[in-house]
Amino acid sequence: MAATDQSIAMGKSREASFSYRLRRFIGRMLPHLVLIGYALLALFPIYMIVMNSFKIKKAIFAAPFQLPNAQTFSLIGYETVLARANFFTYFMNSMIVTISALVLTLLIGSMAAFALSEYDFRGNAFLGLYLAIGIMIPIRLGTVGILILMKNLGLVNNLLGLILVYIAQALPLTVFILTQFMRQVPKELKDAARIDGASEYRIFGLVVPLVRPALGAIGIFTMIPIWNDLWFPLILAPSSKTATITLGVQQFLGQFVSDWNAVLSSLTMAMVPILLFYLIFSKQMIRSITSGALK
Amino acid sequence: MQKKMARRPFPIHILVFLAPAVVIYTLFMVYPLVNSLRLSFFSLNQQNQETFVGLKNYITLFTDSNFAPHFWNALKNNVVFFLVHMVVQNSIALLLAALLASGGRARQFYRSVIFMPTVLSVVIIGFTWQLILNPLWGVAESMLKAIHLSFLFKPWLGLASTALVTVSLISVWQFVGIPMILFFTALIGIPEELIEAARVDGATGWGIFWRIKFPLILPTVGIVAILTFVGNFNAFDLIYTMKGALAGPDFSTDIMGTFFYRTFFGQQLQLGNPAMGATVAAMMFLIILSGVLLYMFVWQRRIQTVEM
Repeated sequence: MAATDQSIAMGKSREASFSYRLRRFIGRMLPHLVLIGYALLALFPIYMIVMNSFKIKKAIFAAPFQLPNAQTFSLIGYETVLARANFFTYFMNSMIVTISALVLTLLIGSMAAFALSEYDFRGNAFLGLYLAIGIMIPIRLGTVGILILMKNLGLVNNLLGLILVYIAQALPLTVFILTQFMRQVPKELKDAARIDGASEYRIFGLVVPLVRPALGAIGIFTMIPIWNDLWFPLILAPSSKTATITLGVQQFLGQFVSDWNAVLSSLTMAMVPILLFYLIFSKQMIRSITSGALK
Repeated sequence: MQKKMARRPFPIHILVFLAPAVVIYTLFMVYPLVNSLRLSFFSLNQQNQETFVGLKNYITLFTDSNFAPHFWNALKNNVVFFLVHMVVQNSIALLLAALLASGGRARQFYRSVIFMPTVLSVVIIGFTWQLILNPLWGVAESMLKAIHLSFLFKPWLGLASTALVTVSLISVWQFVGIPMILFFTALIGIPEELIEAARVDGATGWGIFWRIKFPLILPTVGIVAILTFVGNFNAFDLIYTMKGALAGPDFSTDIMGTFFYRTFFGQQLQLGNPAMGATVAAMMFLIILSGVLLYMFVWQRRIQTVEM
């Protein structure tokens, strides 16, 4: 590219070279400007919330854009939140539901993917298709049926109900992706283990670590929608004992809507775990979405 | 894949591997959906007994004055919601992806930052923007004042005429990262030689983009479109967070998801009606299904994926 442009530049008359260079400079800067602009737009609301959560009420309104200083710093919002709301319970509920659903999805999903990729049996293709349809159809459409089912099973206001629903929701894409990855594991490896007398279960245990990148990718982009989900906790487990942090924050905000300190603090507290997680894993996360989507 | 070597006993391990997934999926996803669709053909009385009513619920939904106006309103709003996303979100995503793909050291940083809102829960996003746009706090107003555009400020979230577009834009703000990443991945997959060849032939940046890059990423454009479609017609969380189940002001932000929720669970003045709720869900299912089928059979047939 440089060679072509330079030859064009030298071919042009000398008077044009300044404006040409100016245009080049702007052309180079423009992408950065746009990107920086949008990056600021993306960060700005988050920054405003977090920053103002540490200020006294007067300062929030009088000087919203300033950083908290010695006079305006205050933790009163956090005190209210921690005193009035069961944030710890909500957080634990989210952890339990998300981690259980994630682990079980990966386990059950990899088992099914292993069977589909490894064994040639009648109905293999059909089962694969059957499971894959779930990728395109949102599970929420069956909510009426799910709620009736949960009532019949006695799993309303029960974290297990949530976990089962999330597993069902995540299985289609998980099985689909893992099947592709497992198909790539070399046959010789598995056959060698069989000759050595390994059971099929042991072979499974052999294959799973080999698809670890896929497991990591699926883990990450399954976890976030589960953690952030509002719909199923709202419908299946809205009690204060079983509320997840997303639901808890939503209800808290509804109650304390005029207590700006508390509102800002609760929002910040809700954001922190996920932002920390994201900052640590952002590289993997984005890579995982691209690899998953390309399949 | 070769058949298993003469294993006389029934290959029970296959069953063991498949059973949990198939059972959970069927029990908690397929069965409820089918049951829900089935319920839409019935009517429930006070004792929860069902009577078969055929297509009556659907006709009620389309024509009865208790349901029809809200249904058509929600449908219309959902279409607007979708169009805003398709046009604004996907254009911005394409632009950002194109900029990111054309190189630059700070690529990683920009990607991480722009993607950040996507990982936050909708509750947080919804409330954050409510605060920022709130006339009481005045953050949005002061910022517009600073660039001498304060006359533009209105309580956008509170006006029936602007609320839907405002909420749609907030949703766009949150989710732009996903199509951006998808486009970015597609763009960097285009081999350099093609672009070099075009440059040698004298094409400039803009021309290169529209004549060469864009056609080559059309499959991704299709994927983004169908994902946006399915996601938008299923959306609920943001509007519920910002506007509640009544999707005010004056139902101007009511979309299929909120309408479904309200029909099924009822609101202060309206009792919940599971059969009608199931009907709404069935309609959502039909809409989404037609979109998916359109995508699979019309778009995918026409678009050839170039192996790169």
